[in-house]
Amino acid sequence: MPAGLPASVPDNAETEYAGETTEVTVREALRDAMAEEMRRDARVFLMGEEVAEYQGAYKVSQGLLDEFGAKRVIDTPITEHGFTGLGTGAAFAGLRPIVEFMTFNFAMQGIDHIINSAAKTRYMSGGQVSAPIVFRGPNGAAARVAAQHSQEYSSWYAHCPGLKVVAPWSAADAKGLLKAAIRDDDPVIFLENEILYGRTGEAPTDPDRIVPIGKAKVVRDGTDVTITGFSLMMETALAAAEMLEQDGIAAEVIDLRTIRPLDTATVVASLKKTNRLVSVEEGWPFAGIGAELCAVAMEQAFDDLDAPVARVCGADVPMPYAANLEKLALPDAERVVQAARAVCYAG
Amino acid sequence: MPSDAAADTGSATRESLISYYRDMLLIRRFEEKAGQLYGMGLIGGFCHLYIGQEAVVTGMQAAIREGDSVITAYRDHGHMLTCGMDPKGVMAELTGRIGGYSKGKGGSMHMFSLEERFYGGHGIVGAQVPLGTGIAFAHKYSGDSGVCLTYFGDGATNQGQVYESFNMAELWDLPVIYVIENNKYGMGTSVERASSTIDLHQRGAAHGIPGEAVDGMDVLAVRAAGEKAVAHARKGDGPFILEMVTYRYRGHSMSDPAKYRSRDEVQKMREERDPIERVKALLASDGAEGDALKEIDREIRGIVNQAAEFAQNSPEPDPAELYTDVLAA
Ligand SMILES: Cc1ncc(C[n+]2csc(CCOP(=O)(O)OP(=O)(O)O)c2C)c(N)n1
Ligand SMILES: [Mg+2]
Repeated sequence: MPAGLPASVPDNAETEYAGETTEVTVREALRDAMAEEMRRDARVFLMGEEVAEYQGAYKVSQGLLDEFGAKRVIDTPITEHGFTGLGTGAAFAGLRPIVEFMTFNFAMQGIDHIINSAAKTRYMSGGQVSAPIVFRGPNGAAARVAAQHSQEYSSWYAHCPGLKVVAPWSAADAKGLLKAAIRDDDPVIFLENEILYGRTGEAPTDPDRIVPIGKAKVVRDGTDVTITGFSLMMETALAAAEMLEQDGIAAEVIDLRTIRPLDTATVVASLKKTNRLVSVEEGWPFAGIGAELCAVAMEQAFDDLDAPVARVCGADVPMPYAANLEKLALPDAERVVQAARAVCYAG
Repeated sequence: MPSDAAADTGSATRESLISYYRDMLLIRRFEEKAGQLYGMGLIGGFCHLYIGQEAVVTGMQAAIREGDSVITAYRDHGHMLTCGMDPKGVMAELTGRIGGYSKGKGGSMHMFSLEERFYGGHGIVGAQVPLGTGIAFAHKYSGDSGVCLTYFGDGATNQGQVYESFNMAELWDLPVIYVIENNKYGMGTSVERASSTIDLHQRGAAHGIPGEAVDGMDVLAVRAAGEKAVAHARKGDGPFILEMVTYRYRGHSMSDPAKYRSRDEVQKMREERDPIERVKALLASDGAEGDALKEIDREIRGIVNQAAEFAQNSPEPDPAELYTDVLAA
C-alpha cells in the first residue's frame, strides 16, 4: 500500500444524523443492514453460494442463518446463471431477493438475467412488472489472484438503463446504502470491496436511517482541484489529497458512492470552485467512469475548466499475477498526485 | 342433465370440449390475423406464430386454477390469450401502440399481465426457465399453494440454465411444471440435429425429476397430463416435466424460408393431426352441433377483427413515453 493511506475509514455518517452510532467493520455494517431489513420486511431473503451455513465466503452474512432460518438465508448450488434468473423471477413475483455473488467476477455467468431480465422488464412491460432485487458482493481487484478473479465492474453495469449501481466506501454508507438498495423498487447492483470489509467506521444504529441512492458526498473540502473516487479508491484519493496539501495544493475529494444515477450536480458544483478535475477508479480507462466524468465536465462545466480532466485508472490490461506488475496495474496515491499537479500546472 | 361425454372423449364434457374448441380457434384466428397485419407492414420485427400448437396451452390452462402463474418465451400470443388477456391489448402491442399491454414498448415477444399472472414474453432462449423457477420459488415462499407453468421450446432444452433450474427446483421442491413444447424444430434445426438425446421428457432424469411425453396435438391428453403434473407440484413433490410433442405449421418467425422441411411434412400434420379438427370431430356429431360451432367461428372472427381494428386505431405511444418506465416512478 502506498504511504499515507488511512488505516481505517473515518466516520462518514451523514451530518444530519444526530442519533447513536457504533463502531463496526464494513463487513458488519453490511450484515446489519441485511438483518435490519429482513426484520422489517418478510419478503426480503438472501441467497447465494455459502451464504448460510458457511456464513458467507467473506463472512458478510455472519449470524443471519441463525436469526432467520434456512427459508430466508439460502445456500445455492454453484449456478450463477440459474440463481440470478431465479432471484429475478422471484422479484417479478413480489419478493425482495438479495442475491450475493461470491465475487462479481462470477456474475458474468448471470449477467444476461441482470440486464435482459431484471433491468429491462419494467420498460418492456410498460411499467407493470418490476424487479426489486439487490445483486451484491465483492467487486474490484483482490490481491494476487490474477485476471479472472480481479476486475472492477462499475462501468459495465452503470452503462445500463434500468439498473442502479452503488459502490460505497465507508461503513456508514455501506449500511445506509444497502438498506436503501433493499428498499428500492428497481434492481440495484451493490458493489462491495474485499479489502474494505475489514475497515472500521462509525455507523448509525437507528434501523430507520438510510443513505439515499444517487447522492455523492464531499468528504474533504478544497479549492484547487477536485478528486473523485469511489469504493476502495477513496483511500487512494484521500492519501493523495494529504500529499498534495504538503505541496500547498488543496484538493476537494468527492466520494461518488452511487455510480448510476451519477450525482453530477455535486461534481459540477465542486468543479465550478476548483476548475480542475481528476477522476480515480480501479477499472479500465476505456468507456470507464472517468470517461463519463470527462463528458460531464465538458457538457456541463466547459467554461469552468482550467485544464483537461485527468483520469487515473487501472492499467488497460488483464490483471497480472506478479506482485510488481499487479502494483503497476492499479492506481496509487502517487499517480493521483501527479495527475492533480498536472491539471494544476504545478509541474 | 344427461351425460353428453362421448365415449372417446374420456372425462370431457361437451361443455369443456366446446370451451377448448373456442380457445384454440381464438388462437388460430388471432395468429392468422397477426400474419396478415404483418404482411401489411403493421407489425414489425420478429413475430412468432403459434399455429399448430394450440392444444398445448389450452390443455395446460385447463389443468391450473386461479392464482397459478405462467411464463413462456417469445412465441407467446397463444399463452396470453389463454390466460385471459384481452386480444385487443395483445394485438395492439404487436402493432406497437399505446393500447398494447406494454404501451407498445415490448412488442410481440415481451408482454405481461400481472392481473392474469402472466410473466412474459421473453426473447432470450431459455431465460424464462430460471425466471419461472423463481416465480415458483415465490409461490412456495409465500405459501399460496400456487404453481408456475414454465414453457420452453425443444431448442431451449439445450441451454445450460435449464439444468441449473432443474437442479434447484428439485433440490428445493419448487412447484414448477416445465412444459417443453417440442415442435420438432428450433428455427431451422431439427431436434435430431441439435440434441444428443431426443427424449426430451427424460432431460430431468439426472436431477430426479419425473417426466412424460404427451401428444401435444390432443387437448384432452394435454389436460390429463397437466392435471397429474400440477397435482404433483402442488402437493409439494417438486417439479414435473411434460414434453408436449407438437408441431408448428408456420415458419419460425415471419421471415422463414422453410428450406429445412418439406411441404409434405407440414401438410400431413395439418391433415392428420390438427388439434382443432380433432376436437371438432368429437363434437360435430349432428346438425345442431354444427350450427353451434359455426356460431362460435363467427363470434371469434368478430373478436379478432375488433382486436385488429383496435390495434390499428390505437395511437402510437406519445414521444414522452420514451423515457417512462425505466425506473420506478
Ligand atoms: C440465447 C439466444 N440464442 C439465440 C436466439 C435466437 N433464437 C430465437 S428463437 C430460436 C430457436 C428456439 O427454438 P425452440 O426453443 O425450439 O422454440 P420455438 O421457436 O420452436 O418455439 C433461436 C435460436 C435467442 N433468441 N436467444
Ligand atoms: Mg422448437
